[in-house]
Amino acid sequence: MSRKAIIYDAIRTPRGKGKRTGSLYEVTPVRLLSLVLKELEKRNHLDTSLVDDVIMGCVTPIGEEGGDIARTAALYANWDVDVPGMQLNRFCASGLEAVNVAAAKVASGFDNLIVGGGVEVMSRVPMASDGGAWFLDPDVSIQTGFVPQGISADLLATMEGFTRRDLDELAFISQTRAAEATKKGYFKSEVPVYDQNGLLILDHDEHIRMGTTMSDLASLKPAFEAAGNLGFDEVALRKYPMVSKINHLHTAGNSSGIVDGATAVLVGSEEIGKRLALTPRARIVSMGLVATEPTIMLVGPGPASLKALKKAGMTVDDMDLIEINEAFAGVVLRFLKDLQINDLDRVNVNGGAMAMGHPLGATGAMLLSTALDELERRDKETALISLCVGGGMGIATIIQRI
Amino acid sequence: MNTIEYKILGPGIVNLVLNAKNQSKNIITVSFINDLQTSVDQLASEKGLKGVIISSDKASFADGIDFNFIINKPSAEKLFTLTEKFKSSLRKLETLGKPVVSVISGHCLSGGFEMALASHYRIALNDDKIKIGLPDIKLGILPIGGAITRISRLMGLQSAFGYLTDGKTLSPSKTLETGLIHKIVDNREKLIPAAIEWINTHPQVLQPYDEKGYRLPGGNIMHPKMAQIITAAPAVLIKKTRGNYPAPAAVLSVLAEGSVTDLDAAFRIESRYFVKIARGNVAQNMLTTLWYQFNDLKKGNNRPELPPSKPVRKVGVLGAGMMGHGIAYAAARAGYQVVLKDVSMEMAVRGLKKIEAILNKMVEKGRITPEKKQQLLKRINPTDNPKDLQGSDLIIEAVFENRDLKAKVTQEAEPFLSERGIFASNTSTLPISSLAPSLSREDKFIGLHFFSPVHKMQLVEIIKGKNTSEETLAQAFDYVLSIKKIPIVVNDSRGFYTSRVFSTYVEEGLALLSEGQNPQCIESAGLAAGMPVGPLALTDEITLTLVEHINKQTEADLKAQGKTRPSHPADAVIEKMIHEFNRKGRSSGAGFYDYPSGEPKHLWERLPKIFPLKETVLKQDEMIERLMFIQAIESVRCLEEGVLTSVGDANIGSIFGWGFPAFKGGTLQFINDYGLARFVEKAKYLKNKFGKRFSVPPLLFEMTALEKTFR
Repeated sequence: MSRKAIIYDAIRTPRGKGKRTGSLYEVTPVRLLSLVLKELEKRNHLDTSLVDDVIMGCVTPIGEEGGDIARTAALYANWDVDVPGMQLNRFCASGLEAVNVAAAKVASGFDNLIVGGGVEVMSRVPMASDGGAWFLDPDVSIQTGFVPQGISADLLATMEGFTRRDLDELAFISQTRAAEATKKGYFKSEVPVYDQNGLLILDHDEHIRMGTTMSDLASLKPAFEAAGNLGFDEVALRKYPMVSKINHLHTAGNSSGIVDGATAVLVGSEEIGKRLALTPRARIVSMGLVATEPTIMLVGPGPASLKALKKAGMTVDDMDLIEINEAFAGVVLRFLKDLQINDLDRVNVNGGAMAMGHPLGATGAMLLSTALDELERRDKETALISLCVGGGMGIATIIQRI
Repeated sequence: MNTIEYKILGPGIVNLVLNAKNQSKNIITVSFINDLQTSVDQLASEKGLKGVIISSDKASFADGIDFNFIINKPSAEKLFTLTEKFKSSLRKLETLGKPVVSVISGHCLSGGFEMALASHYRIALNDDKIKIGLPDIKLGILPIGGAITRISRLMGLQSAFGYLTDGKTLSPSKTLETGLIHKIVDNREKLIPAAIEWINTHPQVLQPYDEKGYRLPGGNIMHPKMAQIITAAPAVLIKKTRGNYPAPAAVLSVLAEGSVTDLDAAFRIESRYFVKIARGNVAQNMLTTLWYQFNDLKKGNNRPELPPSKPVRKVGVLGAGMMGHGIAYAAARAGYQVVLKDVSMEMAVRGLKKIEAILNKMVEKGRITPEKKQQLLKRINPTDNPKDLQGSDLIIEAVFENRDLKAKVTQEAEPFLSERGIFASNTSTLPISSLAPSLSREDKFIGLHFFSPVHKMQLVEIIKGKNTSEETLAQAFDYVLSIKKIPIVVNDSRGFYTSRVFSTYVEEGLALLSEGQNPQCIESAGLAAGMPVGPLALTDEITLTLVEHINKQTEADLKAQGKTRPSHPADAVIEKMIHEFNRKGRSSGAGFYDYPSGEPKHLWERLPKIFPLKETVLKQDEMIERLMFIQAIESVRCLEEGVLTSVGDANIGSIFGWGFPAFKGGTLQFINDYGLARFVEKAKYLKNKFGKRFSVPPLLFEMTALEKTFR
């Protein structure tokens, strides 16, 4: 790499419940995203005319989230009219992908200062409402073996022999850690959402269920049994003939929550940082991207992380912290196995998406800011961020503090 | 409770009677909102409740909201809590599970209508005098009680947008056509029985939008057809408002943003915009001028404290030309007997024909009936005989702006004034006190400056001469109100208030041209500032010759007093246009614009050659500031010199007299809006850069030092 890609800042909104009772339900996606951009500008005294691009992940780019929301949000945030914007969609990896693309453009020397990030207001623009050829085109669906992700998660858990208790325990830990981190104010990158009058709308991750118990979690019904019974189990088993029956183990409790949120990460070269007197917080060391078999879909994080580690010339032992997106509890357990990690001491130390939710297009970049906050708090160096991705893909990014 | 009576009307039927104690009107005040909450809570715990009737014991159902909780920008939190409280009571009312019927027996406006909208059934008395609607948008504010959301759910986004941004009030029968009320009855006594009957036949009832399977009529913004409409709506709005009025834009945002959410979130979105708009400068400006100062004016704060004057029995108008026929029309429209006198019968009848033409248009539009037209025309007596003026309680002279001519017609008519009669001159430029000596009773002489076209323009500038009596002023004031026009009262001075300040706008535009600014940019700046017409087009309308004439007159008058008129950069422009290029304005077919027949006018293409374009182009903002500051500064001078005696007159006169933008609240409110200290600084800068005409009046320095505002 010709140049270093430096992270100068990383901020995010709190995550609101992605339903009608959620606090951010009344906030349009473009307003939420522009609030983050304005805050980024304010915190860094940013001359926005120097920003080469705003790259935002958004997984349901339709209606209020349609039509290149990145450029629209930059304009709405009253950023310099010269700042371009691009919306990208790599499903659940979108937020991290946006940061990676920003980093690649900076490292290549083609660009100097880019904002990556993402937005998803799932309460207003429901998941999958943008459609997609994978499931709306029957020929494609049949030929490639499409199943809903929950079926993939249950297939994965069945094949790995995870028990319901294994999954629920992980969910319990996520809830406990997230509650603790919130109470102690560890989420430094979180910026409250205010309305146009300066009145507070939300200042904490409201999906967290304080005081969740194991028995609460155990009482939840499997979420994907009905879809499985409809025939999706059969679709999955056609590809995995060694499995006799899929155990439906994932519930609303041990899967990620549906939430609303937006996030932005400021990435730039060393030179521009010096010129603008920005404080370097970390650098992006390497990134890994893979695709795997799409029906089981969720096993990408392991190979993606190994790819990133290899490129960085590091091993998993070099990682002080690891953020693996808790799309489903089974994904985390499989990831740990793939990377031969035996405990959770370094993993999702402040909870994850089972507690705080997974705003699809934003999550990847939010995990990065969460990891960075915690590295700073612990005064540690290096973190790995990884997510499973629709279509069988996986993504990973390694960051190191400066 | 002081505003709502909780009455049991029959078994299980509760009547909430809106009847504010010791008040003439039902107004949605803070205590009303509290009382409503108490009432609704009581309803929720009422045993055996079958239904609720909301009615009023006053002439109106409810007249609107109390602007006192909006003016002076209360905290966002306070305002948000208030609107949410009102909304939550209304929501609770409509989800009690029992039928709620509103009985509308009088005006049902703004917050009052919003309460009716939260009922399941709305019955009104079929009386065309009753007004129903949400007019507050005209004062720059949004409904407080969730009307945007409810009406959008009832009408669909498109119709709701039209209805809400229009702000027109409608009669019960017209409102019935919109679907916003359900039934009209012909007889007051039938209202309550009709309500009871509906309650009895509808024991279980939900609002349409609470029914299972409800769909937003026309769909939300995701619907392809609605997406097209929503895409065009901002452009439609900007064409209308030039982006200067945030309230209708906020209506559109509430409609769109709330269309994809449930009702509760939509209400909250509406509340947030309500607060934003209410605390915004535009709403504050408009309320200050168009509500508070306007009400003070109508109450007669500028009228001498004298008993109401005796009604005028007969009005005489001298001159049946452009102004005269309009003045006669306005009098006849208000029911007065009018004598329209000109030098010949032919001229007088020509004036009458023009009145008939105005009326014909109104008949075409259905605004009056052909019978009314005939009755009105019969009240006007065209004549060439001064004796026909005999017994007039008011004679208004509206002949050409020529001192000798005015003196002649005045002397000719004065003998026919009634005992209590007064004499008015409709001059727009000649000092009243200089015309007065032609009358034997100078105390009975006053200026009544009507604006053209009289049948459309609401303002009348009343000019007190040196010797005008208080009684005469009171009579003139009462007359102007009686013809439903807006009287401002000023003291005599060159150009009075309106012509004097208005001309500064025109001349500043010409100054910009003389400096080599792009003529189209000058026009665009005027329009963007919110003025109805660009300064160059406006000069063409009033004619360059008139500008020159007034300047010459001023010069001569000042010379007679041993003074000299300060030169203005506009002088050279007028001089050149008239005397080098023979372009005198629209009426002579050529001015700053060309007027090709059958085609739209366009700026004369040689202007940039005659007034060579300068390389340094002023930004539009700076042009706007010059065009507005010059008017504001001149208004301060008028106040300082005592030409104006109240801030309200300055503001109202500017809006209704020459179309100063209402969103700025008028010429003096403009300074409040800008901030006095900031205004002074900017004016100093403009003075240094562009000339003494921008020098800050001492009054403004004083007020800034004392941190005062124009009130």
